[in-house]
This record gives sequence, structure tokens and C-alpha cells, in this order.
Amino acid sequence: MARFLIRRTLQGLLVLWLMTVTVFAIFFLGPGPKYVARVLAGRQASQQTVALIAHRLHLDQPWYAQYFHFLGVEPTELRHWRGGLIQGNLGYDYYNNQPVLKVILSALPITLSLVFGAAILWLIMGLSTGIVSAVRTRSIWDRTFTTTALFFYSMATFVLGLLFILIFYSFLTNHGIPIFAAPGSYTSFTTNPLTWAHDLILPWFTIALVSAATYTRLIRGSMLDVFGEDYIRTARSKGMTERRVIFRHNLRASLTPVVTQFGLDVGVLIGGAIITEQIFGLPGLGWTSLHAVAAQDLPLVMGVVIVASAGVILANLLVDIAYAVLDPRVRLH
Amino acid sequence: MSINIPTSPPVGTGTALAESSAEIEGLVEKKIEGKSPWVLAWRRLRRDRAAMIALGGIIFIVALAVFAPVVAAITGHGNLQQFRTTGLDATGTPVGPNGTFWFGTDDQGRDLLVRVAYGARVSLFVGVVATAVTVVGGTVIGLAAGYFGKIVDTILARFMDWLLAVPFLLFALSLFSVVQTHPIGPIKPGLPIVIIVLGFFGWASVGRLVRGQVLSIREKEYIEAARALGAGPWRIMFIDILPNLLAPLIVYSTLLIPVTIVGEATLSFLGVGVEPPTADWGQMIGSSSAIFLYGPWWYLVFPSAALLFTTLAFNLFGDGVRDAFDPRGALGL
Repeated sequence: MARFLIRRTLQGLLVLWLMTVTVFAIFFLGPGPKYVARVLAGRQASQQTVALIAHRLHLDQPWYAQYFHFLGVEPTELRHWRGGLIQGNLGYDYYNNQPVLKVILSALPITLSLVFGAAILWLIMGLSTGIVSAVRTRSIWDRTFTTTALFFYSMATFVLGLLFILIFYSFLTNHGIPIFAAPGSYTSFTTNPLTWAHDLILPWFTIALVSAATYTRLIRGSMLDVFGEDYIRTARSKGMTERRVIFRHNLRASLTPVVTQFGLDVGVLIGGAIITEQIFGLPGLGWTSLHAVAAQDLPLVMGVVIVASAGVILANLLVDIAYAVLDPRVRLH
Repeated sequence: MSINIPTSPPVGTGTALAESSAEIEGLVEKKIEGKSPWVLAWRRLRRDRAAMIALGGIIFIVALAVFAPVVAAITGHGNLQQFRTTGLDATGTPVGPNGTFWFGTDDQGRDLLVRVAYGARVSLFVGVVATAVTVVGGTVIGLAAGYFGKIVDTILARFMDWLLAVPFLLFALSLFSVVQTHPIGPIKPGLPIVIIVLGFFGWASVGRLVRGQVLSIREKEYIEAARALGAGPWRIMFIDILPNLLAPLIVYSTLLIPVTIVGEATLSFLGVGVEPPTADWGQMIGSSSAIFLYGPWWYLVFPSAALLFTTLAFNLFGDGVRDAFDPRGALGL
């Protein structure tokens, strides 16, 4: 177990390192340095001013020199990278001089609220419909659930989110039934848990419905496979109740693909539900990253990419550990 | 029966054995004839009512794309023609569906019906071309990784892991800004970069699938026999191994098309896809999102419906293709 954790941590660090190199390379290949200097200098600025600002931010240096500053292996007096990554310093953003860590920490609760609520919803919806569909194959429930799942599975997130706003916010509010919050409203959990949930209902369902569809299909397919196994027949012939066969014998074995999918989904979403946050005007990590990329704000993009990749890597690690817990045949090595 | 599909039998997939009892009875009554798995799969597909309805839907969308100029001729409104007096009201707001503009108009007074018809062209083109790029790229790299093994496999497999952990949208947005400043030959904003981005971030999942299959196939006796006869690695990979992978690849490609179409729409929705004034569903939905709350619901609803209809048809058809090739779900796709 210890060796497994060490090996995976090292692999994770390698992937993270590759990410930072890529982000850097893309920034310096692209319009980044010029764009940032020009915007900071202002519209009227002369070429000299722009060049001066670029010099002050070290943006005129080659990208590898910048990269060493960023890592902190080469000390710099430059505020944006002072300290460097190896000392746990993510730097300061180009435009407002805010510590990147602070920006991320203020955006993270919004994204976590979004993912947490949505994940609970999609697990409940996906698992219950999947189990019913598998146990009552070809019944009217099975058909209804699989058709609905296919419908939402085919739906682009931004289409579902915008249609939700059109129907549940705009239409209902215009007809005197203002039961859903306007896009752009967010209240933190600590301020008022009820308002928090009320504000997030539509974004939650947007993510949950699109994701739940995958789970319905996944759990239905894998439970149907397991029902064909010999040990299910054995369990039934022992006179075990059908409920116990379904939940103790079948579901446990069928959960492994669900765990993988869940890990991947949550891991990706921690990095920001970009589309959902953008549509509902929620300033979480996804929204922050979208605007950081648009503004070519390298330190901020870097910070979000590191957090997002760490989310994916951590989720993958947890998936593997959950595998070993669910399936006694799996050994971690 | 005359079908224009290749008739090389996939070795070892066992689809020929998995026949419905009705079909076996039918064969016994009539004269017994050998049927390749392709013929059997085609028969199963034709009997799948949902898949055939979906195929009808796909044909309808393809016809809409091909005959978009006819739609323009019938309505008498050009694709890019702006109707500032009849298509916009006094305040400059789009007009709703009426006798002249069946789907209403967009924010520039263009006929939405004609635009939706033209939008089908971009969606289908990118859907098919980017899927082809993804599948071909993933197949070649997956074959190489699985066949050569050792250090090649380690590097390629790690690279695939990294790609699958990349926050796709963020990197797509960054790459877009790179080619905006430095077009690399034909790689410039618009369709080319959309296809490249979708292919680049998509091939890893195909690569993984192919690699897994190759790892088991290359240990078979007939591969050893081919090697003993002096066949080179390229011959073995493409002539001896690849035909075995055609069935899962066809299934995977069909299911990948709707994913790609949604990917293209998402990029265009975020403003980094197809450049205006080209008609594109994602881009239409993106521009509608700024104004639909103030009344023009049709601007959001019709492109959304077209997108949903298309992805739904492809997903339904893809499910049918999978069931036809793989009735027992052995491929786990």
C-alpha cells in the first residue's frame, strides 16, 4: 500500500509537471506576453511603454527563464513569481496583483458546492433508475428510464442549462411564479444554507441530469451482466430473498464501473464546471479559468490548471483504492 | 442480399454464435448458408426499429444540410441576408416565428430557419471529419503502443493518461489563441483548429481501447505464424491485427460522432469555434444566450432543438449498431 501510494504520487507529480510546462509553452507561443503588456500599458501607450512593462514583468525573457522563476529554482525579485512553486507559492495575477492562491481559494467553495450537490443528485437519480431498469427489464419503467437517459445523454450541457433558465426562470417568473433564483445569484452555505440550495437548484440539475444518464446506462448494463453469473443463481437457489440478491450480491459487483465513472466525473468537475458556471454566472474555478484564459493571465491559468489536474489525479487514485475495497480480488501494487 | 460492406470475418469476437433463436429457426427451415458476421450484424440492425427510426432522423439532417440552399430558395431568404426592416422590430429586437420567417429571425435580422439548415452543414462535417481523425489517429497510435510494447508502450500509455487528465476546454481555448497569432500553415482559427483540437484531445480514448485489444491479439498463434513466415511489424499490425478491431471501431466511431458534434458546438458556443458569419448551431446558441431572456426565445430554442435532434439520432443509431455487432455486450463499449 505504501509503495503503491509513493509510486502513484510520483506519477501524479510527473503529470503535474508536464501540465505546467505545457501551459507555459502555450502562453509564450501564443499572444500572451504581448497581449498582457499592451493591456496593462493601456490603449494610448507608446511602443516604448509597452516594451518597458513587458521588461518589468520579465515577459521579454525567454520562456524557460520565466519557467525557472515560476518554479522558484532561480530566485527573482519579480513579484509575480516571488518564492516560486517549490515553496508553495503560486504567484500573483498580472492584472490585480492578487495572490493566485487567494483567488483560487475564494472560487473553490462555489465549485465545490456545485459539484457536491450535483453529485448527490446524479448518484440518486442514476443509481435508482439504473437498478429499477435492470431488475424490471423491458417493463414500462425500464423503457421510460432508458429513453429519458438517452435524451439527457444526448443533451449538450449548455443547451440544458439555457433551456432551464428559459423555462424555469424566465417563463415562470414572467408568469408570476418566481420560484427559481435568477442566474448570477449565489449565497454561500455559511450565510444561509436554504438560500444557498435555492440558488443552486438549476445548476445542480443541469449537471446532474446530463451526468445521471451515463450512470443509468452503466448500472443497468453491468447489473444485467451480473444477473447472468452463476453465483447469482446459487444465491437464489439457496432461497435468498430477491432483495438481498439484488443489493448484496449483484449491486456490489456492478458498482465498480460506476466508481470509475464517478471518480472521473468528480475529478474533472473539481477543476471547474466551466460551461455550467459560465451560463449561471457562478464565479467558481471554471468561470475564473475561462476569464483568465481570455485575459491571458498566466499565473492564474497556471494556478487553476494545477488545481484541476491535481483534482483529476487525486480522483483516479481514490478510484483505485475504492476498487480494492469493493473487489477483494484487486490488490494495490 | 447485396451489401457493400467488407466481408472479412472478425476473428475471435464470436458474434456469429450469438444469434437469436428466431433467426436460427429461420435458417433451419430455409437452406443453410454461411453468413459472415457483417451480414448478420446488418440483419440485426435492420430489424432494430429504434435504430431505423434514428437512421431516418440522420438522413433527414443530412438532407437538410445538403439542401440548405433549397430551403433558402423556398423562403426567399439568403443565409447571410439581413432583413433590417422586416426581420427586426423598431427597437432592433428579432421578430418571432411568423408567415415570412417560420423560425423567426436572429439578432441581425437573418432568417433563423435558413441559418439552422446551413448550421447542419458545419455540425455534420466536423462531426464526421473530426471523428475520422480521432479514430484513425487513435487506431494507429494504439496499434503501435500495443504491438511494439516496452518503452514505446510506456511512453505512449503515459502520454494518453496525461491527455485524458488535461482540462480539455481550457487547453482548447489556449490553443485557439496561439493559432490566432501564429497560424501554422492551414492551421488557423475556424474549422481547421476545431477539428485538430477535437482530434488531439479525443484520440487517447480510442488509443486506449485499441491498445488493450492489441495486447491480447498479439499473443495469438496466428500472429506468431505470420512472424515466422517473415511478415514485418507493419504488415502484422495493419493486415493481421487491424481487421479484428473493425467491429469495435465501427461501433465506437458511431457513438463518437454525437460526442464530437457536441464538442464542436461547445467550442463555437464559447466563441472559439467556427467564425461568424458562418451559420453554426453552437455559435447561434451562444449569441442567443445574451438576449433570449428579453424575449426572443426562438433564437435559443430552434438551434438547440436541431442540435438535440441530431445528437439524439446519432446516439440512438449508435446504440443499435453496438447491439447489432455485439449482442452480448462483450466489448463493454
